[in-house]
Amino acid sequence: MTNDEIRAFLENAIKENQVMLFMKGTPHEPACGFSARASGCLNALGVQYSALDILPDPRIREELSGISGWPTIPQLFVDGELVGGSDIVLEMFESGELAELLGAEQPGAPAVEQDQPQPQKRPIGLENRLG
Amino acid sequence: MPTADDLKERIERALPGAQVAVQDLTGGGDHFRAEVVSNRFTGLSRIQQHKLIYDVFGDEVGGPIHALSIKTSTPGDGR
Repeated sequence: MTNDEIRAFLENAIKENQVMLFMKGTPHEPACGFSARASGCLNALGVQYSALDILPDPRIREELSGISGWPTIPQLFVDGELVGGSDIVLEMFESGELAELLGAEQPGAPAVEQDQPQPQKRPIGLENRLG
Repeated sequence: MPTADDLKERIERALPGAQVAVQDLTGGGDHFRAEVVSNRFTGLSRIQQHKLIYDVFGDEVGGPIHALSIKTSTPGDGR
C-alpha cells in the first residue's frame, strides 16, 4: 500500500464510522495505557465504535497525524471530527460530556481508573546497570 | 533526555504568564504530565488548547518525549 492509499483508507474510516477510535492494540488487548483508557471510556458507555490498531505499520500513524494535526495516539473521531486524545476523552467521560455527545447513558460509577496512565515498563537494558 | 524542568521552561516561554506544572511520570524522562493554566486558552476548544502545548514540542512528542499527558484550564475555571 502506498502512503496515499493508507491516507485514503484512514479518511474513509473517519467518514464512514460515526465513532472511530485509532489506538495502539485493540479494545480487547490495548498495547498502551493511554489507548486502554480511551477504549475503556467508550466501553463503559456501552457505545458501538470502530477501532483501528495503528501499530502494524508506522505509516498509519504518520498519515493519521497528517490528517488530524494531532501528534499522539489514541485519537477519537466522532461524526468525522477529532474529539481528542486520551486526556480529553477521559475529561469528557468524567464530566458526562462524552455520554452526551454519543447519546449514551452516563454510568453511575466511573468504570475507568482515574489515576495517571500506567506506562508500560521500560525495557531492561544493559546501560541501566552501567551507571 | 528532556527533564520535567526543561518541559516546564519551554511551555512557560511559549505561553508567558502561564502557571505550569510538569511531572515526570516514570522518572525515565519520556512520559510526562503537564498541567497548564493560562489566559491564552480562553475561548479555545480543548483540542486547540492541547495543540498549543503539543506545538511547543513539535516532533519530539512521539519521539524523545514518548508520551505527554496534558491538562489545560484558564485562571477562571473552577474544579
